[in-house]
Amino acid sequence: MAEKKKKLLQGNEACVEGALYAGCRFYAGYPITPSTEIMEGMSVRLPKLGGKFIQMEDEIGGIAAALGGSLAGLKSMTATSGPGFSLKQECIGYACLTEIPLVIVDVMRGGPSTGYPTGPSQSDIMQAKWGTHGDHPVIALTPSTVPEILTETIRAFNLAEQFRTPVMVLYDEILGHMREPVTIPNPGEFAVEDRAKPEVKPEDYYPYDDKFLIAPLAPFGSGYRFHVTGLNHKQDGFPTNDSKVIRENNLRIMRKVDINRETIWKNEEVMLDDAEVVIFTVGSTARSARFAVNELRKVGVKAGLLRPLTIWPFPDRAVAEISSRVKAIIVPELNLGQMTLEVERVAKGRCAVEGLYRVDGEPITPSQIFHEVRKYL
Amino acid sequence: MSTPVAEKKEKLSVPFDYNKYLRPNKLPHIWCPGCGHGIVLKAMLRAIDKAGLDKNNIALVSGIGCSSRTPGYVDFNTLHTLHGRALPFATGIKLAKPEMKVIVVTGDGDALAIGGNHFIHACRRNIDITVLVFTNATYGMTGGQYSPTTPLESIATTSRYGNIEPPFDTCEMAKASGATFVARGTAYHTIELEKTIHEAITHKGTSVVDIIDACPTYFGRANKFKSATQMMEEIEKDGTVNVKQAASLPPEKLAGKMLRGVLHKVERPEYCEKYETLIMEKANAKK
Ligand SMILES: Cc1ncc(C[n+]2csc(CCOP(=O)(O)OP(=O)(O)O)c2C)c(N)n1
Ligand code: SF4
Ligand SMILES: [Mg+2]
Repeated sequence: MAEKKKKLLQGNEACVEGALYAGCRFYAGYPITPSTEIMEGMSVRLPKLGGKFIQMEDEIGGIAAALGGSLAGLKSMTATSGPGFSLKQECIGYACLTEIPLVIVDVMRGGPSTGYPTGPSQSDIMQAKWGTHGDHPVIALTPSTVPEILTETIRAFNLAEQFRTPVMVLYDEILGHMREPVTIPNPGEFAVEDRAKPEVKPEDYYPYDDKFLIAPLAPFGSGYRFHVTGLNHKQDGFPTNDSKVIRENNLRIMRKVDINRETIWKNEEVMLDDAEVVIFTVGSTARSARFAVNELRKVGVKAGLLRPLTIWPFPDRAVAEISSRVKAIIVPELNLGQMTLEVERVAKGRCAVEGLYRVDGEPITPSQIFHEVRKYL
Repeated sequence: MSTPVAEKKEKLSVPFDYNKYLRPNKLPHIWCPGCGHGIVLKAMLRAIDKAGLDKNNIALVSGIGCSSRTPGYVDFNTLHTLHGRALPFATGIKLAKPEMKVIVVTGDGDALAIGGNHFIHACRRNIDITVLVFTNATYGMTGGQYSPTTPLESIATTSRYGNIEPPFDTCEMAKASGATFVARGTAYHTIELEKTIHEAITHKGTSVVDIIDACPTYFGRANKFKSATQMMEEIEKDGTVNVKQAASLPPEKLAGKMLRGVLHKVERPEYCEKYETLIMEKANAKK
């Protein structure tokens, strides 16, 4: 086995490594702080692997071209930050309804508007879920270390290809720009999923074959000629006004993620067994939380950390379970309470739920969390 | 009125088997009687046939609008995208699979208003995509609002007092943006249009054909045209002149007329080829 390569990488560079490992061969985007290093990295690395890179005229063009690349059969990605993420929303809905796999990385910066380009934030959590119109399935991953950005980006590609749906990777500016040692995995070390190919003859192929929950997607130009539209469509891909078909399809695209949520969910649990107060958070804020939990334990406080790496679908089961046996769940986040709302929804009053917010472009510190937890004891 | 050069010499190849390319079970189409979009579709199919393209290898990409419904009716790899976004989707397909023939069918609103920025940048890159702009001077699908090609003073549902915005000259814009093949045709001059589209799809690089066609339902009614045919005659036949004939006509005969035919054609390295030969080679040499 080849000797493992250890590198000191920035979060955005680790994202590039993860994407290439997962087999990404198409990138289209538009520069925006603090995500730009991803596209710069892709522009250098992709051509060496026979992959394609293009800088488009705006973020809409970026995601649209990436969807074109994906439909032509290449694993595709785009990356952006707040304002660009807003621009991509219409195409995200298109990808959900047409079921075209895609990875969208959003390196979160302060908002609203141009906001604080170089400051961290976690204020796109709800935009990731509700940013595009219409009910639609959402998978969003939230790594909290540089090595995890690499591995979660691989997971994002795998989920996108398996579920034929756009998958988002959300992390904040701190993670995008911080450097940590990262071990580049050897081939075969992590599973890499490819999209299912049709097994039927072209004349029997339906791009949304209702024999499947998730039908195989043939690449354009492979002899399977089919139609793709953002209109509500039948299993053959053509538009329909049939209310029964519209309903079934709208429910199916939700169901394909919903019934598989157990395999999409991923949580880290730190000292939860005897915890009386639990911190629920993601990304760089989870790093402060982990530190705070250790400090709290040192002074005899039974604190724990529940850290989802999948924020959408929301980890309902884990939060419900913990809410029935703790005094309080504290939700520190770099926004004004987006995740807190969800924790409250799931906890249903079984324990106290308290948000700890920061929107001044500075991180939430371990001591802030430490003092917040102590209030509940 | 003089007859166009092309029509004198050539006859329509009748009977042409359109069913070879159509998806007959997706018909009837949504277009109104008298709409020019169907005539353009037929000219496009004849041009594709003449070019001998393989159906499996053609991607037909559109945005949103009446014209953008074209892909649904033809048996290629067809993609009906979002309003204004046909070109970036098409760019992705072409770059990912340069061996495919990528054709974009788009409305004047789709291509030049909401998609205007993508339009000029696709031209600038000179990526090998053919763009057929169905210019009916209105937003047909949403019921006849004024578009970027609506003539001054015309009536639309959002310009009831007359349009005060000057229209784009799509061909001048395409040329200035870097497209290497720029032409204009009309739905009236259907054989000439077939030839022009054929030349566009066999050109390497971004090729743009501005196709003047009619929306009798909205533009026609609002502007008091008597019929779809009268509209075609006035706008497409009498309102245009073939560029070859124009050379021998005095300026007063050309006043207010749009030029038809191939208006600009140059050879310049194509985007995907440059990507292969410049970027890929340099990247791999550096390894
Ligand atoms: C983002 C967005 N904005 C607006 C619309 C509504 N809309 C649909 S088609 C259209 C105009 C189409 O005009 P054109 O492209 O000229 O095509 P035509 O119908 O005239 O052939 C508009 C404004 C939309 N579908 N999406
Ligand atoms: S509304 Fe106008 S553009 Fe649309 S189909 Fe009818 S005639 Fe054609
Ligand atoms: Mg129009």
